[in-house]
Amino acid sequence: MDNRSIISLADYSAEKLLYLIQMAGEFEKRPNRRILEGKVLATLFFEPSTRTRLSFETAANRLGARVIGFADPKVTSGTKGESLKDTIKMVSNYADVIVMRHYLEGAALYASEITDIPIINAGDGANQHPSQTMLDLYTIYQSQGTLENLNIYLVGDLKYGRTVHSLITAMRHFNPTFHFIAPDELKMPDEYCRYCETHGISYREHKDFNEDTIADADILYITRVQKERFSDLMEYERVKDSYLLKKPMLAKAKPNMKIMHPLPRVNEIEYSIDDTPYAYYFQQAKNGLFARQALLCDVLGITLDQIREDKR
Amino acid sequence: MKRQELLVAALKNGTVIDHIPSDRLFQVVNLLGLEKMSTPVTIGYNLHSNKMGSKGIIKVADKFFTDEELNQLAVISPNVSLCVIRDYEVVEKKEVVLSDEIIGIIRCPNPKCITNNEPMTTRFHVTDREAGTVKCHYCNHEEKLENITLK
Repeated sequence: MDNRSIISLADYSAEKLLYLIQMAGEFEKRPNRRILEGKVLATLFFEPSTRTRLSFETAANRLGARVIGFADPKVTSGTKGESLKDTIKMVSNYADVIVMRHYLEGAALYASEITDIPIINAGDGANQHPSQTMLDLYTIYQSQGTLENLNIYLVGDLKYGRTVHSLITAMRHFNPTFHFIAPDELKMPDEYCRYCETHGISYREHKDFNEDTIADADILYITRVQKERFSDLMEYERVKDSYLLKKPMLAKAKPNMKIMHPLPRVNEIEYSIDDTPYAYYFQQAKNGLFARQALLCDVLGITLDQIREDKR
Repeated sequence: MKRQELLVAALKNGTVIDHIPSDRLFQVVNLLGLEKMSTPVTIGYNLHSNKMGSKGIIKVADKFFTDEELNQLAVISPNVSLCVIRDYEVVEKKEVVLSDEIIGIIRCPNPKCITNNEPMTTRFHVTDREAGTVKCHYCNHEEKLENITLK
């Protein structure tokens, strides 16, 4: 088993997270390098995810690595009944690092236990998605200049939203104040409220979503309220527009406030907001490249100093 | 009470597992692999117990389990009492201890967990001994032991 694998950021120290943020910062300054020349990255997507896959493949290509893999599980031997273990063992003979997305929870951790090459978890069911968390942290740091003492508002689907759960665990080192804004059906699970309490993270829950409730925000993190999550479609119709961010709601916003969204957006943020200085979701998506470049280098044993000294 | 004692013959050498909740009795039988034993095994089911109402009891002749084997019982039946018998005398009383990790015995209740979809060994961490909660090493699903099923 290789300990360099990245399965979850939940156990990462503040130092390690800040180190990776600095690494991503180096790639933002200069994304095109040859520091991974001669390396082969395998992207194994047992569940399609175009956005994440393209972002990882771009990260590898811009660092000089070559990419093999599949984007659609229908083309793999999994459909012939091959176990995940055998697929991972086989690909391990060819590649230096595996980026995998799987529909089953725990798949990436299991893969990391059966191979010597590092695994990067690109999402395992509803469980973990550390590269998304890393790009979120980088985006918060980039837009605020710090991760410390921020007011972070999480809005929308807080029940099933994997990204907001991971963000809470990763931010625990940095004394945040969280505000949860969600309909009853999608409110933050007790498990995460308890997590906040045991880790001394302050949080408040709101039902209303208006210019006054969000006036204090440094970060407004909006997620999609998905129709298929509702058992009662009447309830969905009733609440869906109450979590739409409209331009007038920004009247009292702090000047440093930034709006984040993991994308794709459906109807959570009015298009007219895109041109305001608060909109940061496209920058956030772009940061996915730098964050993933940092993760790839880290699992392949390349240090921040090496990246800083690299002139190629 | 006298009659009930007579129902189960005294053991010369072996192990007595008492105070098994009746609804867990056959799970204990499976877990210890008793159906594969060649020595005499006495299984009592739905016996009266002042403490628990109804209980099960198992007597296994000429068999002395390892602590590891017995500690597996903690997963399904943490309050059993165990006696080691030699020459009709109780020479040792044991308690079962829930270890920090439970490997290969129980099934993850999450149908989307990798362990339910690959030929592999399950692994759980005990997160709260008092409440009896365990967490799947792979998918992080947390569950009370009383709701858990064996592999």
